[in-house]
Amino acid sequence: MQPVARFEIYYTQYLDESGRVTQPFPEFAQDTAQLIDLYRWMGLMRTYDAKAIALQRTGQLGTYAPILGQEAIQAGVGSAMRSDDVFLMTYREQGIQLMRGVTMKELFLYWSGDERGSDYSGPRGDFPICITIGAQATHAAGAAYAIKLRRQKRAVVCAIGDGATSKGDFYEGMNAAGTWKLPLVFLVTNNQWAISVPRGAQTAAETLAQKAIAAGIPCEQVDGNDLIAVRQVMDQALTKARNGEGPALIEALSYRLSDHTTADDASRYRSADEVADAWKREPISRVRNYLTGLGAWDKTREEALLKDCNERVQTAVQEYTATPLPKPAAMFEHLYETLPSALEPQRAELDLNGDAGGADHAG
Amino acid sequence: MAQITLVEAINRALATEMERDSDVVIMGQDVGKDGGVFRATVGLTDRFGPERVMDTPLAEAMIAGMAIGMAVEGLKPVAEIQFSGFAYTTIDQILNHAGRMRYRTRGRMSCPLVLRTPCGAGIHAPEHHSESPEAMFAHMPGIRVVYPSSPRRAYGLLLASIRDPDPVVFCEPTRLYRLFREEVEDDATALPLDTCFTLREGTDVTLVTWGGMVHETLGAADALAELGYAAEVIDVATLKPYDLDTILASVGRTGRCVVVSEAPRTAGFASEIAASVSEQGLLSLMAPVQRVTGYDTVVPLARLEKYYIPSVERIVAGARRAIEFS
Repeated sequence: MQPVARFEIYYTQYLDESGRVTQPFPEFAQDTAQLIDLYRWMGLMRTYDAKAIALQRTGQLGTYAPILGQEAIQAGVGSAMRSDDVFLMTYREQGIQLMRGVTMKELFLYWSGDERGSDYSGPRGDFPICITIGAQATHAAGAAYAIKLRRQKRAVVCAIGDGATSKGDFYEGMNAAGTWKLPLVFLVTNNQWAISVPRGAQTAAETLAQKAIAAGIPCEQVDGNDLIAVRQVMDQALTKARNGEGPALIEALSYRLSDHTTADDASRYRSADEVADAWKREPISRVRNYLTGLGAWDKTREEALLKDCNERVQTAVQEYTATPLPKPAAMFEHLYETLPSALEPQRAELDLNGDAGGADHAG
Repeated sequence: MAQITLVEAINRALATEMERDSDVVIMGQDVGKDGGVFRATVGLTDRFGPERVMDTPLAEAMIAGMAIGMAVEGLKPVAEIQFSGFAYTTIDQILNHAGRMRYRTRGRMSCPLVLRTPCGAGIHAPEHHSESPEAMFAHMPGIRVVYPSSPRRAYGLLLASIRDPDPVVFCEPTRLYRLFREEVEDDATALPLDTCFTLREGTDVTLVTWGGMVHETLGAADALAELGYAAEVIDVATLKPYDLDTILASVGRTGRCVVVSEAPRTAGFASEIAASVSEQGLLSLMAPVQRVTGYDTVVPLARLEKYYIPSVERIVAGARRAIEFS
């Protein structure tokens, strides 16, 4: 017997949990102004996220999936992508959405239960959030195929979570990406928990990254709480994809510091000690520590940043709450390009009931 | 003008539209060099190349999901699911994504794909090769379900489906693929969707059907003529959204309605038509609407399938129940 295939999975980190540099920085990170810009984005994400939870807790927003703890992944990916790349996402990527130009008002609208929140001001080619786990992996392959067919220098990023790596759609999408050498980067945010099922109960595989090996796709792990590492590996993978060098998969290791959603209570299935331990590796403070060590950040700047973030979020909340409710007939709009005449009697039935038909069944 | 079969008409429509529109892309299992297991895509790889006639990995959900991604990015994918019994893994993609993409993005995105799939029993095929899932697809908002029953309608309706800006599930009646030939002018002219085709006019009873059952239903109309009854035969053709007006107008003239379908009876599309005709045509009806359908059983394998598919005799009996009702 002799081995016919071998593989290794590499892991990248530049900044450890205390903000110490573990290897020489890539070029972009040597520009402190750029790092500060990304740090500010992470701050905005966290402020927005906390406000969304507060709105839900006070009955002003529907069920919401927080991004707490995943800000480095989202700032890294958001900054590595170009506006004409295509993003396909889970329901926990709001930071990337913000960086790509989706407005906070649109995010609030979506999470309030209003489809207008998916009519993004930002990149018009970004797909709407995919709620059914993993289905977007095949959509991503299709979008990437279209880009390749047209010889465009664009790439597709498909974000999924650790739970989705158990699904057939994920394997089918990866297999397609490998088969046709598509310009597609899979971003697996491994936040360790798929609602209540921990990573260890999801698969016997040592890493989630290695699942791409079987599809013939280069893959690696990255410290998902290290902004610099995420940005760097994503940038490299995207550059290759845009240049026709094929797909990649990046497993970003992080931790879901929040409940799964505002309808979840994670204390039912994981210990406070575990969460407290994960907080030691959270992504924002290590960048702050690094910048502070450089003398590029201080308490005054931090306070100014928080004030600015709060103001921006508050403005968005006002825009959101001032948005009139959609008309009931909106449910017949955009169902088809032109509403088939067969549906007109049903729309008339709705109109007949008018506003009186709008009982709040959720109560 | 050439006399061609239904499957040849599909091939012509695909070739014609690929010639006209460079965004049209064919995808599916064995659709390339092999030309598809029914030869619907034969010759297309040679003409248009493997990038536009994609032999895919063997994964139906992936085929449907990729078609969605391609359609959203501006292509017009025509995906083949080799048999409709294998289409069930595409339902998540069609129901949750294709049919909702336009709606949930408020028109920002659309999904102009066609999912072609051979349907129906009667060709002595193996298990899972004889399904009639049209009612399942017809239950899904935001999509069209089209089911032609002749070479000419296959040609014109497939062109219309590819050009339609919304997703279409295009059911193809396997037992009509090569059953008869018809003159089809390859002039790139589409037929209208969302409308029935009245194949035969008559005054005594309205026979409503679609797909493969159109053949037996026309046979039943012949048999009824010998009994002295003039049957009107309507091919529904587009099942979602469907043209109830034409059916109601016919029932208004005949007063009797029989719906013929080879799918299982309970919650089938025949039930939808029967319910709507009863609801809106009651004052015209002189007899209860009759359904002549497949049974609520598993569609049997080859040796029993002829007992499962509604026969001319069963359709005639159903029509007589309506006509002779008192």
